[in-house]
Amino acid sequence: MLQIIADGLIIGSVISLGAIGLSLTLSIMRFSNFSHGELLGWGSYIALSASAAFTAANASLATPLGPFSFGWGLLAALLLACVLTAGLALLLDFILFRRLRKQGFITLVIASFGAALALRNLLLFWYGGVPRYYSDNLQISLPILPRAVWGGLRVTADQLFVLALTLVTVTGLHLFLRYSTLGRSMRATSLNPGLARVSGIDPERVLRATWIIGGLLAAVAGVFAGITVQIRPTMGVEMLLPLFAAVILGGVGSVWGAVLGGLIVGLAESASVSIVGAEYRAAAAFMVLILILMVRPTGLFGEKH
Amino acid sequence: MPDFLGWLSYGSFFLVFASSFAIIVLGLNLQWGFTGLFNVGVAGFVALGAYTSALVTTPHMAGRLGGLGWPVAAGWLAAMGITGLAGLVVGAVALRLRHDYLAITTFGIAVTIQLVANNATALTGGPFGVQFIPKPFQSWLGTGLPWTLAYLALSLTLLAIVYLALERLVRSPWGRVLRAIREDEAAAASLGKRPFFFRLQSFVIGSMLMGLGGAVYAHFVGFIAPEDFLPILTFQLWAMLIVGGSGNNRGAVLGAFVVWTFWAAAGGLLRGWVPQAEQARAAALQVVLIGVLIAFMLVLRPRGLLGEEVAVSRHG
Repeated sequence: MLQIIADGLIIGSVISLGAIGLSLTLSIMRFSNFSHGELLGWGSYIALSASAAFTAANASLATPLGPFSFGWGLLAALLLACVLTAGLALLLDFILFRRLRKQGFITLVIASFGAALALRNLLLFWYGGVPRYYSDNLQISLPILPRAVWGGLRVTADQLFVLALTLVTVTGLHLFLRYSTLGRSMRATSLNPGLARVSGIDPERVLRATWIIGGLLAAVAGVFAGITVQIRPTMGVEMLLPLFAAVILGGVGSVWGAVLGGLIVGLAESASVSIVGAEYRAAAAFMVLILILMVRPTGLFGEKH
Repeated sequence: MPDFLGWLSYGSFFLVFASSFAIIVLGLNLQWGFTGLFNVGVAGFVALGAYTSALVTTPHMAGRLGGLGWPVAAGWLAAMGITGLAGLVVGAVALRLRHDYLAITTFGIAVTIQLVANNATALTGGPFGVQFIPKPFQSWLGTGLPWTLAYLALSLTLLAIVYLALERLVRSPWGRVLRAIREDEAAAASLGKRPFFFRLQSFVIGSMLMGLGGAVYAHFVGFIAPEDFLPILTFQLWAMLIVGGSGNNRGAVLGAFVVWTFWAAAGGLLRGWVPQAEQARAAALQVVLIGVLIAFMLVLRPRGLLGEEVAVSRHG
């Protein structure tokens, strides 16, 4: 029981990070970006290549830090992956989405679907289909509670790292959106683009910031998924349905909604694994999606639409 | 002569595939081109049709559900019925909401159908799929070229029927309401047309055609597996519609033939150039190529080869 909740929270924190970016694009750019999942995939593969390069330059970077399975090399690679994935998001916008913005949001959705396919298959082309890992070090999970208490609880240090860093990232983002000028402009544009524009907010600047934040968070989520599960070219498309379910569940445009939605979808996935088996995991996200659309399509924290 | 026969055989294989795709793309065109409904799960509906028809027509087999041994025509009707039902459920949930929620929901159902196809082994055969799907007229014509040609004639006839029926439909008052809703929902609603019901009807009919196309494909190949219905299929079908010109039934059919030619040619070239060991990577490149093609088309010629036809209703 406790184990299911813990596993759910860990899957959920990865989903949350991806969902925040997707939710921001959906509320500020006003289209469902089907290529968002691929940003997660690219983030994790960029980090894989970067950490291999760092380790090749200086072998001591691979030495595991304390109880974790990774060393400084992966943390540096994570930063680089954030920068490059944000760059990739901006590049996609520059060569594709920016040109299609006038044609209406559905053209953007189609284009994002095409971009997703191309991005995923480029990963498949370069890296092949075999799952990869950041580290070959095996990690022993730490017993937190014995079996006698609610079935017991075991987590790895890596999983705790993921949970903690997710919390830090989300809090940081929350502070940025609430208190910085750029963050406020983003929220204003999301609520009312016309009014934001007449109050002197540069929409292009807001769009750029949205892509950068979405890319950054996607890279973090991708690397976390790589640390806790594995890295494979299809991880982006596999994450997409949980991401959308989390966004709609939380309410489009709401950061905390996306976080809560992500955690709930994560819990539903982890519960479904123990009830019907791991192979139907993705269907859990679909069930959550259908339920929320039938019961409360604006989501838990949704205000508009 | 054998060379000529070889070409004839290859050509008719090619055309059967293209015409089953054309039937599906016509369904997609009704949904998107005429009603503005964005379906991202086309492959799921196609798979549903293919599996339904395969399961009800195959003979009974121990340890597997389905296997009702129905005639092929009944299987095709069942395929249309079940996909229509799936369309009804998805439409009822998503069509009242923001437009892109339909995209997300259809994406979800395609993922779920793919999961079931892969994992519900007792029903779908899992990754190994369904084999020995009966081929119509096989007892008279054998399995060779005469049968292929007969099946080609059958699928072209079906395509023609679907095309003519849709042409009538979109020119009817019903089709006019669809376009009115697509262009200005509020105006159409103010004239007493309920957008939700018209959208739902269009979505269900489109889904049924996707199921039919899937069934035509399944009974030609005689074998289906989950990997025949990956998201790439959805994308190919979308590419066909966009390249041909959405909102135009002739465009939809033309797009199906043009893009299928492009796809087959790109595949043939890559297979010719790339060494055996690298074939899987070459297949990935083929997908990237078609992704780039559709992006180019959207940026450079968003209306497609033919563009939307100005439809004039026949009925005053």
